[in-house]
Amino acid sequence: MIIGIDVGGTNTDAVLLSASGIEKKFKYATDAADLFHTILACFEKLLDGIDPKRIKRIVISTTLTTNAIVQQDMNPVGMVVSAGPGIDPEFFRTGEQYYCVSGSINHRGREKAPVNTMEINDIVQKMEKAGIEYVGVVSKFCVRNPSHEILIKRILNRHFKKVFLGHHVSGNLNFPRRIATTHLNAAVFSLHKSFFEAIKDSLKQMGLSIPIHILKADGGTMSLESSMSFPGQTVLSGPAASIMGAIPYAPKKQDAIVLDIGGTTTDIAFLVNKAPLLEPMGIQRGQYKSLIRSLQTDSKGIGGDSVVRVKDRELVIGPDRKGPAMAFGGPEPTPTDALIVLGLMPEGNAEKARKGIHQIALELGLDDVETADKIFKKCCSIILKKTFEMIDKINTQPVYTVHEFLEGYKISPRKILLLGGPAPYFAKKIEELYHIKTIVVPESSVANAIGAALARTTCEISLNADTEQGIVTAHEEDFAEPISKTYSEDDLIETAHALLKEKALNSGADPDNIDDVEVVEFQKFNIVRNFSPKGKIFRTKMQIKPGLIKGFEHILSQL
Amino acid sequence: MLKASNKTGLVFFPAFDWAIDPTHPEREERLLYTQDQVTEEGVFDISGIIEYKPEIVTVQDIRRAHFCIPDEKSITTESHLISAGGAKAIANAVLNKEVKNGFALVRPPGHHSMRVSHGGRGFCHINIEAVMVEYIRTQFGLKRIAVVDTDCHHGDGTNDIFWHDPDVLFISLHQDGRTLYPGTGFTGELGGPNARGSNLNIPLPPGTSTEGYLYVIKNCVLPVLEEFKPDLIVNSAGQDNHYTDPLTNMNFSAQGYAMLTSLLKPDIAVLEGGYSIEGALPYVNLGIILSMAGIDYSGVIEPDYDPERLKQSVSVTDKIKKTTDTINAYWKEKDELRQKTGTPGSFETRHREIFYDTDNIFERQKEKIRICRDCGGCFEIDSSASTGNHILGVHIPINACKACTEEGYRFFDQADKHKFNQVILQDRTKDLYEIK
Repeated sequence: MIIGIDVGGTNTDAVLLSASGIEKKFKYATDAADLFHTILACFEKLLDGIDPKRIKRIVISTTLTTNAIVQQDMNPVGMVVSAGPGIDPEFFRTGEQYYCVSGSINHRGREKAPVNTMEINDIVQKMEKAGIEYVGVVSKFCVRNPSHEILIKRILNRHFKKVFLGHHVSGNLNFPRRIATTHLNAAVFSLHKSFFEAIKDSLKQMGLSIPIHILKADGGTMSLESSMSFPGQTVLSGPAASIMGAIPYAPKKQDAIVLDIGGTTTDIAFLVNKAPLLEPMGIQRGQYKSLIRSLQTDSKGIGGDSVVRVKDRELVIGPDRKGPAMAFGGPEPTPTDALIVLGLMPEGNAEKARKGIHQIALELGLDDVETADKIFKKCCSIILKKTFEMIDKINTQPVYTVHEFLEGYKISPRKILLLGGPAPYFAKKIEELYHIKTIVVPESSVANAIGAALARTTCEISLNADTEQGIVTAHEEDFAEPISKTYSEDDLIETAHALLKEKALNSGADPDNIDDVEVVEFQKFNIVRNFSPKGKIFRTKMQIKPGLIKGFEHILSQL
Repeated sequence: MLKASNKTGLVFFPAFDWAIDPTHPEREERLLYTQDQVTEEGVFDISGIIEYKPEIVTVQDIRRAHFCIPDEKSITTESHLISAGGAKAIANAVLNKEVKNGFALVRPPGHHSMRVSHGGRGFCHINIEAVMVEYIRTQFGLKRIAVVDTDCHHGDGTNDIFWHDPDVLFISLHQDGRTLYPGTGFTGELGGPNARGSNLNIPLPPGTSTEGYLYVIKNCVLPVLEEFKPDLIVNSAGQDNHYTDPLTNMNFSAQGYAMLTSLLKPDIAVLEGGYSIEGALPYVNLGIILSMAGIDYSGVIEPDYDPERLKQSVSVTDKIKKTTDTINAYWKEKDELRQKTGTPGSFETRHREIFYDTDNIFERQKEKIRICRDCGGCFEIDSSASTGNHILGVHIPINACKACTEEGYRFFDQADKHKFNQVILQDRTKDLYEIK
């Protein structure tokens, strides 16, 4: 049996799955101040009357790190940053303890200026004096040559509890994002560690001593042990859980839209042939940009509880929420009240709902039902407008080769999959307005927990070979080997595949679920000096795509 | 937080799958290290910098600037169309006011392509700036445009396309033609009889450093632009005057490029040449981008930059000053120079021989233009190439006067179809291209 738990802002959803279907499912009110007890309570309820030995897999998705960021409840971190030529690294300052140091590596990974160890020793003293325990070290182009980061770490190691290095975060280039991501990992490390160690101990006492998997923002899992170095990857795993839960109902070889309509916001994502689209670079929310692998999702401030008001004789919905719908005792009219007035939703106090909608009707000079219908249609159009904007943006993403320009894939969704509380009421209207087949994901209220339970382990590796310099490297994995001039594309792919498998297994992957491998990127260039070829550069990125573990599709399709 | 003070559009199209041949300077990885640098710097994340996808130019777009022989498809690849389309995408973003300015980092380049194009010259097949400028004039109705070409090679293609056009000011700063391809661009080359002074060629001696370039910009280019009052400034931003470029002999630097850009304030910059792909391009392109976006670029310095070693000699400085004085004098006299050219209504003929080094083609041209004080004047070009193609191209300028329009149609109607493979009419007043 498998346990999936998705801790959300308001509710925690939990499921217990077996080969014959859903054994248990429930929602539990999240105690934001005490997520630990929320999770334990869910486990107690799930295991009630169940032999813990039958549990083979546990996946947890939490808002722990997301909350810590929002509430700025993070460890102070010391950052040591070496930039070399380019944009002033002061712009990327993460806090008071942020030191820009000398040393420079160029785009080919060649050292252009050395590290000054005396300078680092001085900084050690300053950071120790300030009581710093966790440090991040990031150098520009460290993914091409991490030697400066490693050297600096050697000096810092004795003085601090844990040192996080930029080149371990991702194989992607982007210095400012690498600084932010390394900082995040260091800043939430102790919180993440103590929280999950406590969970692990408590589960052991309940008789559960199997490995715990944690959901990441890319819709894949990682083992508790590997999460310790990258706790930042658990940020925004909630939306990912829902999207993973929609996968079984997505069409094969076609594109689909996933809409998770909540109380305050609607999350939007896309599936291409049952696989979710990933952010090209990493999570970004407003000004915050990172290298954390993530599903491509965006959210719009509109949901069942959004405030409905009239401004300049125009209907305005959201983006704020003042409480539940009036029908459920809230202060302001909401789209949920409109659904009740339209007779679509049987729950709630119909009279209170009508009262709320009536205020709006008076301002618009319409009758109550017309007003409710207008609100409902406007909700659908706001959500779909944002969705189509995202599709346009995805389809106009820049490309860098003639081939991609001419043959590049364009998404054109044929189906909409709805999740979330108000979803069942929206499906028919959206289909009627937009002529796209729209369905509600079965068990949509706990689909997120199902998605978490069944998500497989994902990972990505970046491998670079430079036959002029005679080396193949995947610095993110601390991998470097000498190569000869005759090193070929096939050699590169073979090495990449072996590294990817190893990484997946180390992250807790089940050996039966590591074969869905995809070459995300492959580039090959000649190195030419004085008009004669001197070698080749090969670059590849390979991943295990986000998807569901094998063997459960049939039970889900029966729901 | 890092924020662009000017909203800046970027098109980045490195054409990683296109090369003239595998060891040619114009090959796949030319912009690879630039992409690495720009990506590592997080440039596309900066608030106010917007990356655009290139467009692809149409046959109609090309036909505003060129007579492609035998046709557009035969002498271009998709890569050329997307490169020109990158410049077009930036033009759209700037002129639709989505951004204040924009930079098209595209390849292959285009500034050696002339109005008649039989194939590749100096790595160029179609002129991406000229195609863009003609698109802007037709689509957005802009009248006066300045193109400042800072590539180290004389922008002889752009020079040719706007040779007779008094409304397009073309200024080229380049290494002296006696020492570098294509061997043209001397101070006396000032534009056709109806447009004298609207082509300014500023040859610079080998060894010119940042100081010399900025001197010319401050003491010649900026005052001329001030007087010309263009509606739009385009910079053909070639980067081969860098001190590490393998094809040239100049001593320009990334800081110099960034300063030049902040002085010139181009609305649109388009990448041209530049073949020091590891030592120069990553830093120069970053410097130009930051400068256009109004972000501090003082940290963009090549790792091996040594200003002492790159200092220009006194004799170079003297030569530059003299050239600047000569150009300024020509500019001052341009109205008189135009008055001195032939009688309005008469015709002037010139003969030219053009060599296409990239495609090994030899072309002979006979050009006949109507002298006119009211517009750029219509002209016909009789062009025969070693490929065996022989054509007559008739051009009627976009702002043609009535007499020149009529004369242009007379050229076209009277041309003997049997004498040429093609007789082509390019009537810019009606955005028309007709082949008989």
